[in-house]
Parts: sequence; structure tokens; C-alpha cells
Amino acid sequence: MNLYLERRTEASRTALLLAPLAAIVFTLLICALLVAWAGAPVGQTYALLFDGAFGSRFALSETLTRATPLMLTGLACAVAFRARFYNIGAEGQLYLGALAAVAVGGMHDGVGFDLPVPVLFAGMMIAAALAGALLLLIPALLKTRLGVDEVVTTLLGNFIVLLFVSMMLDGIMKDPMAMGWPQSVALNPDLEFGKLIAKTRAHTGLLWALGLAVALWLINRYTVFGLQMRAVGANAHASRFVGLPVTRVMLGTAMLSGALAGLAGAIEVAGRTSYVTLDMSPGYGYTGVVVAMLAGLHPLGVVVASIFVAGMLVGADSMSRAIAVPNYIADVIVAASLLSMLVATLFAQYRLRRKQA
Amino acid sequence: MTDTLALQLEGITKRFGSLTANDGVSLSVKQGEVLALLGENGAGKSTLVSILFGHYVADAGRITVYGQALPPGRPDAALAAGVGMVHQHFTLADNMSVLDNVMVGTQSLWRLASGRKPARQRLIELGQRFGLGVDPDARVGSLSVGEKQRVEILKALYRGARILILDEPTAVLTPQEVDGLFTTLRGFVAEGLAVIFISHKLDEVMAVSQRVAVLRQGKLVAERDTASTNAAELAELMVGRKVVMPRVQSAEPRAQAAPVVTLSQVTVSNSQGGAPLLDAADLIVHTHEIVAIAGVAGNGQQALVSVLNGLRQPDDGTIRLGPDHAAAPRTPAGWTAAGVGRIPEDRHHEGVIGDSPLWENAIIEDLNDKRFTRLGMVRAQAGRAYARELSKQFDVRAASLDVRTRSLSGGNMQKLILGRTLARQPRLIVADQPTWGLDIGAVAYVREQLLAARERGAGILLVSEDLEEIFALADRIAVMCGGKIIAVKPVAEWTPASVGLAMTGAVPA
Repeated sequence: MNLYLERRTEASRTALLLAPLAAIVFTLLICALLVAWAGAPVGQTYALLFDGAFGSRFALSETLTRATPLMLTGLACAVAFRARFYNIGAEGQLYLGALAAVAVGGMHDGVGFDLPVPVLFAGMMIAAALAGALLLLIPALLKTRLGVDEVVTTLLGNFIVLLFVSMMLDGIMKDPMAMGWPQSVALNPDLEFGKLIAKTRAHTGLLWALGLAVALWLINRYTVFGLQMRAVGANAHASRFVGLPVTRVMLGTAMLSGALAGLAGAIEVAGRTSYVTLDMSPGYGYTGVVVAMLAGLHPLGVVVASIFVAGMLVGADSMSRAIAVPNYIADVIVAASLLSMLVATLFAQYRLRRKQA
Repeated sequence: MTDTLALQLEGITKRFGSLTANDGVSLSVKQGEVLALLGENGAGKSTLVSILFGHYVADAGRITVYGQALPPGRPDAALAAGVGMVHQHFTLADNMSVLDNVMVGTQSLWRLASGRKPARQRLIELGQRFGLGVDPDARVGSLSVGEKQRVEILKALYRGARILILDEPTAVLTPQEVDGLFTTLRGFVAEGLAVIFISHKLDEVMAVSQRVAVLRQGKLVAERDTASTNAAELAELMVGRKVVMPRVQSAEPRAQAAPVVTLSQVTVSNSQGGAPLLDAADLIVHTHEIVAIAGVAGNGQQALVSVLNGLRQPDDGTIRLGPDHAAAPRTPAGWTAAGVGRIPEDRHHEGVIGDSPLWENAIIEDLNDKRFTRLGMVRAQAGRAYARELSKQFDVRAASLDVRTRSLSGGNMQKLILGRTLARQPRLIVADQPTWGLDIGAVAYVREQLLAARERGAGILLVSEDLEEIFALADRIAVMCGGKIIAVKPVAEWTPASVGLAMTGAVPA
């Protein structure tokens, strides 16, 4: 092939902004082939998909419910990836955060801790954030001290955490009323989030996620820590030379990332499930990676990307009930959109040229 | 000597975006001559040879080798046509023998017989014929830089190169090794090879070439017979105007000079094992003084600089600062705070964060300073005002304060680093190859600023691989070899030849 890539002298801002859109359009085109292959009318299928995701008050509420944890794990991945710390362990941090939330705010022995609700609520959120942060601190220290690759440690750590959660659910945090289901004690009902939209599952945890996204954007833009995070992520060696506390910034970034994923767990428990179960997350931690990449690692982009991804997942469920296309199409769309996004980002930075013969 | 044309370039044009790297360059090289390709960094020399060798495809123009058109974009075709390239950075596998390195890529994968015996025979013959003796069985990693370069040249000859391109071949050699290389090159042309010698060093061009082609901003601005020109004319052609290089005025030691940094027995051990990177170095830099470190690249300069900018702690020995011998800080930030200005060798990857905007890089060493941050927030307005002032004062030219720093030219980037460093009026300046890769105008500016800092009273440790620069700026010269400081003497007691000798480890009397 007489084609080669040439780096664009100045990657344009518009190109980088349009990249996610192009990726999504391309993904939907590819998936249209699969839909056609399944023997369904493409137009109608996509119409049902979007209707099921955003077409009604109920659909929208379901999408927002699903988007809440994705937004938080997406932020967790975005903040870490920006600093070139590849946290693939948001899934584990989410579960440990959920467990910590119930440990503080759960109805142990049927009553829980006897503390004022605001104190208990604060304790629950802090415990979840700390649990996620400290969990990610281990791979972060292994990386900064010994140079151990964090992708491996965070990814494999997820399985250890799930086994630990399983042990707790069968042990000291077992719900005695659950008739043998592996489920934790319930959260104190006073700690649960209010409804965002009446008679739906959408809860005020979404506001927490939105607030944290904005906060993160402000931190990035206006604080010394944000400047340091950007610098260390862009060039750790030069950061060290100019005297930035590189290791401290790395560890701080990792703890921020872990805390966000831990909060995702607490917010899921307090907003939706009321218990920790081993199936409370259908891979939110991993999907968070996709969300972060689609968002171009921008905190506000994460908000949009998480709603899109949640919409695809929710819409596909409802679409598959109406038409003979399995809801797995959602997973295909999400996965394909990640790959398309990587290609789109490449083309935003490079141009394809043809060699003249 | 025949007049057969070995190589002809006609109207070569290459654009990268809005930049025209080569603009209608036409050149020819005859059999049996050394053509020097002279030009500043960024003049388009590397692009031109990359096109010739098939790494890039020209937007326009054609190349003929011994009368045959060369297909563009095909390094294999260039090799087959007899074009051999010796890169500035060697392309050798350190863990393989000389013979393996020379043979690699020349053999069909489908042949069972290894053909080592004839290859070995041929390599030895080539070595004898051109005076490039190297042991075929030596591991490349154990060779000196000069020997590695010989292996690179042998590799090209082994593949039947009739046109040899050498890209800045002298940058890594001692003056004595440079003389050896020149003898070899003269042998080549006597045998009828054609040589293209790429350089920005005028004296070398004058010494070795028969003809000189001068590139400026992508255009071929002049072609001269070396015999009918001189270094001054070439310099003017290369830059496009007369340039006066600042040099140190009086190198007499000053009476009131006090030490700014004192190193005693400073040692940095080699984590890979083997001889220490820096071996018991003793050195004092005084106020009002430039001490230049001369040496072939990789002889301990990096280790010396790294203990003086806080990136490394010495494994043994002590470093003291100032006349009262204060203990040395332990972090880069500590060194900056102690009044040490640091100019790194690699300005792109060490001196600035390329992805961050210009103004952030202007204040990045001062994030603890109340002027630029308050309660953990960046005072962007103050930072920008400062960066604007700095850019004006140190002539940093950029489209705005928000451009990504990587988009600055090398000269502007270096001025930014220089400004950031000098604005805090450091008492000690550690300048590691501060003019490397800059165009002559920027070189003159950097030298001027360093001399001004010396005038103000700063002590400067200057690491340079350019002897001309060392003799132009230094009060005293310290020569390093194999991690040791061989000798430190006032500049008047050195000659370029004696520095070259000391660079090989011979202790001068």
C-alpha cells in the first residue's frame, strides 16, 4: 500500500472536537450492517433504540440512572489517564466503595450506628471515597516505587476485590434476611438519595456526579494541582527537572481517581440498590474506560459521553423487546465506538497521505 | 579523477504543511569528490538526504544515480543503486558482533548456508583497503564511538555503496578521531567513491571537501569550490548576513572571586555495573567565571550535570554551595530555590512541558511563589503578565502566550528557558549544551546572555561539545574522559590540540 501517516503540524481544535461525533456516526454505520444481518429494518431499529433511550420521561430517567455511575467511573479513568496512570481498576474501587458505604451506613444488627443522619451521610461518602483511593494507592505506590505496570495490577486487583466482597457478603456483612442470597445488610433508609424525577429510579446521585465533573474541570483549569497534573501527564521527566513534586502528584492523582470510582459505588448503593450485591455493576468500571476515551479525557466531555453510552445500553434493552435484534447490539456499539474513537483521534492528529509513484 | 556524475538531484521540493523544507534544490556530485552540504539546523539538509535515501518522498523533483532514475520512497532501491548512509545516531545492535551487524539484512532468509566465511573475508579486505581496521568478532557494545562509526561506514561499503552520505559524522569524535576520519574519506575519493559530507562546522568543511553546497531555509543559495572560498564567506552564505560571535573579553582571574560551588570527590556509580559514571570529581566554580567542561559525548558530563541540577544524588563525595559552603539541596526545586539556574541539554523533553502553554512554562519553576499562586490556585493573570514581560525581555517570539510550547522554534524555546532561568539572577548557572542545535543568531544571543550573567557575577558551568564555543567563552577549561576530570586549567594554558589529547584521557603535563 502506498499510504502513510503524516503528523499534522498543528492538530486543530475543531478536528479534535469533531472526532467523537465522527466516531459515533461511523460506529452506527458499522452496526447498521449487523442489524441488517439480523434481518431487522435498520431505520426502525435505530428509531426504537433512540426512543428507548431518550424518547420518553421514563426512558430518559432510566438512561440518567445508568449514566450516573458511568459518569463517575468515567471521571475516575479520565483523571488518571490524563496523568498517564492507566487505572483499569475502577470496577474494584466501585465495589470496595460500595462495601465501605454500607459498612458505615448499613443496618448492622438491624439498627446501624447511632449518629445524626448528616454525620452518617458524610461518613458514608468519605468512607467510600477513601476506600477507592486507598485501594488504588497500592498499585500507584508499586508503580512509583518499583516501576510495576499499573495496568496489570489494577486489572487483576479487580478480581481480588470481587472475591473479598464475596467473602464479606457471605461473612460479617451478610444480610440475615436475604434467605441465603449473597447480599449485604441494607443501607440505612435515611441515607438514601431522593428521587430526581418522581416515580422513576433517577436519583439525586446524578447531581453529585455532575457536581464532581464540574469540580474536576475547575481543578484542572484553575488550581496549581491541576497544572501539575497536566504537566506530569504530558512529560514526567521535564516535570521532575523543573522541580514539580512528580511522585506526590502521581499519588495524588491516583487517589483522586480511586476516590471518584469509590464514590460511584456509594452512590449506586444509596441511589439505586440499597444493598451491595455481586452483580450490582455490569462492568461500570470497564465501561468507564470507554466513556473517558470518548470524552477525550475532558471532565465535561465525560458527562456527555456517559449519557450517550448509558442511552445505548438502556435503548438496546427496550429495542430488543420490540424487534428481533438482541440487546447485545449495545455492547457492540459501545465497544465499536471505543475503537472508532481511537482511530478518529489518530486522524485528528495525523493525515493520511499517498506516496506518489 | 574522472568527471562521471555519481548523483544528480533536480528540483527537489518537499513541503511539510506550510513549511517548505526543500525548495527546488538541484545538486550534483561527481565520482571521486567530497561534496560538503553546509547549512544551519533547519536549513533542510536532513530532509534532502532523507529524500535521497527514500525515507521521504519529494513533492517534486527527480534523483539520478549513475544515470539511472531512482524510484522515490524506496530505501531498498537507494541501497541497491549504491547509496550508503551513515547516520549521526548509529543504527547498530550493541549485543551483536561487528560481522553480524554488517551482515544483517544483506542475506536472503531462504538461504540455508550462512555465508559467514566469505562475508568475513570481504569485511577484512574492505577494512584493509580503506584503513578501517575493526575486529569482526568484537561485540559492538564494547567498541568506542569512533570504532562504531567505522563499523557503520564498513556496513555501507559492504553493501556496495559507491555514494556515501555522512550526516554530521564528527559530532561524537575527538579532534584526533576527526583527523582519522578525514584521512579515510580522502582514501574513499581516491578510490573513486563519491562522498556527501553534511555539517555545520566550517573548519571541517574547509578541511575535507572539494566543493561546498550551502543550504539556507530550504534553498540552495551557493555552490563553491572549496579552494576558492573561505570560512568567513561560507558563514555569511549560511546565515545570510554577517554574524559577530560574542566571546569572553578578559580571562584574567578576578581578585574578589569567591566559590559558588565546590565539588570534592563527587562520585556517581553506574547502576549497570562497571566504571563509575563520575569518578571522584574535584571542581570549583567561582563568581565572575565560566568553567567549560570539554569532552567527547558520554564521558561523564551527564552525570556531572545531573548532580548539579538535583536530578541525582552523588553516591560519594560532597557538593557545597557558596562561599560559606552550604550543604547542597536534594531536589531540583531545592536547587532552584538555592539560586542555581539550570539550562538542560534537551530543551524539548526536559526544559519545557511541550503540551502546556507558553505562559505556564514561564512560571513552572515558581509555583511556590506567592506572586503566581495563592491558596492552591494559579494566578493566571499575574503569570501571563510575567510571561509577557519575560518574552519581551528575552525576545521570545510566539503567536500568543497560549500557544503550546512545543510549537516554538528551538531558538525561541531556548530563549524562554534562558529567560526563566536568568530572570531569578542565579549565582550559579549550569548550562548543558545551551547552544546545541540553534541557528547562529540564537547561538550568539545565548552566548551574549551567558557572558552578561558572568559580568553580573554569576559562576557558570558550561558543558559543550563544541571546542570553538569553549574557547570563545571559557575562563577555565576542564576536560573529562571516562568519568574523570582529567585536568582543569585557565584557557590560556590550553590549545585545541591539547584539549583534544586530554579528551582521550592523556593527562597534560
